[in-house]
Amino acid sequence: MDVKPSLFDRLVRYARGRSPWLFHLNCGGCNGCDIEFLACLTPRYDVEQLGIRLEGSPRHADILCISGPVTRNTQAALQTIYAQTPAPKVVVAIGSCPASGNVFADSPSVVGPLENFVPVDVYVPGCPPRPDAILEGIVHAIEILKAKVVRSAEGGTYV
Amino acid sequence: MSSWFALLVFPGFLYALPMGWLMLWVERKTLARLQSRIGPPFYQPLFDFIKLMTKEPLPRPSQENRFYLFLPLLALGATLGALTLLPVLPHSFSLVGDLALFIALIEIAPICLVLLGFLSRSIFGQVGAVREAVLTIASNLPFIAALIALAYASGSLRLMDIALHAPPLARGLAVLAIFACLPIKLRLNPFSVANAEQEIYQGALTELDGWRLGLWELNHAVEWVALSGLTVSLALPWRSGLAVLDAAIFALLSLAVVFLLACLAGATARLKVGQASRFYWRWGFGFALLALAVSFFPFGG
Repeated sequence: MDVKPSLFDRLVRYARGRSPWLFHLNCGGCNGCDIEFLACLTPRYDVEQLGIRLEGSPRHADILCISGPVTRNTQAALQTIYAQTPAPKVVVAIGSCPASGNVFADSPSVVGPLENFVPVDVYVPGCPPRPDAILEGIVHAIEILKAKVVRSAEGGTYV
Repeated sequence: MSSWFALLVFPGFLYALPMGWLMLWVERKTLARLQSRIGPPFYQPLFDFIKLMTKEPLPRPSQENRFYLFLPLLALGATLGALTLLPVLPHSFSLVGDLALFIALIEIAPICLVLLGFLSRSIFGQVGAVREAVLTIASNLPFIAALIALAYASGSLRLMDIALHAPPLARGLAVLAIFACLPIKLRLNPFSVANAEQEIYQGALTELDGWRLGLWELNHAVEWVALSGLTVSLALPWRSGLAVLDAAIFALLSLAVVFLLACLAGATARLKVGQASRFYWRWGFGFALLALAVSFFPFGG
């Protein structure tokens, strides 16, 4: 079904792409990716140019940046936080842990990978990935965010 | 001019909306330049607002839902009402005693924030609400004392009379005291204690999502216009009489106030709640007392 989006829809999509707010969640990682993630928010990389802001509450966020292999302890918190984020939302998995478990794979306390619990849109591999790579992943996430439907009534559903 | 013009056009809605967003941008851009960054683009606050208003709201219990709609709207309406009373144009809408009405209306938004924090039932929201309540009291002491000093010195409770007829010394001290209250009323560094984004996740705003947060951000933008506008309109002792010129001077000076506040915010780190309230009880109130003394015992007058 190809319908030309209305001016309002295009404006909303554009605005959404220019104002992605991040929420950062560590699901039992070693903190390496978190340090790189925070480095990516420092004045050196100046992500505010893209309208990016780090938010303290998942209810304000558009993009969830999740690091760590998902441990038994963090699994419930992860699912709560995913549910608390208003749609449209995008999940970015930072580092190799959420993708595969990395060095923690097969540990009795690890229940990951991340995609067992929440749908993952972008993977940023690396142990840890460089801030530039994380930034590139977030830019991909912004494109996915813009492509999401504007209203549920449009026929699509928010994911 | 009619009250509708003041509410809907200038200095009300039509002026406050773009100006509030411009002020939010000036604040963020100044902060970015102080940190050697490029900072957000010009239209950033507008896009933030559109995005927030079109997010899918999370399901909530209906009782909570009602308050989450009502409180931000009440705050926005009250702040717009306060803005309407600003004595910018010489023949604009004014009432006898609009000073008291202004104080009442501008204080509704902080009360709404405190209520939102307690309603959220989140520990961060509640800590934020307590901090907001403590700091509101601390900042209102010098704020209201300074306004009383101005009213007494000019012998009127009408904002326009105060703006035009307050004697220079009392005016200077009182405007300084009011200016010193702005960072705490706008929740800026070093007094951004109630909305500390690192340690209490923006306090009372933690549980707001989508358009509820959007409405609150809009209220915050209008608060910027109202409070910087109050400082400017009380500081200026004359009006040209030409509406466009007066409005332009008012807008430019308001932006200068925003720039100064952003520089202060960029140069300082957050205080503890005790330090912040002590600062206002001690120094802010000191200024206001001086203004009170000057207006009650005028020198040479």
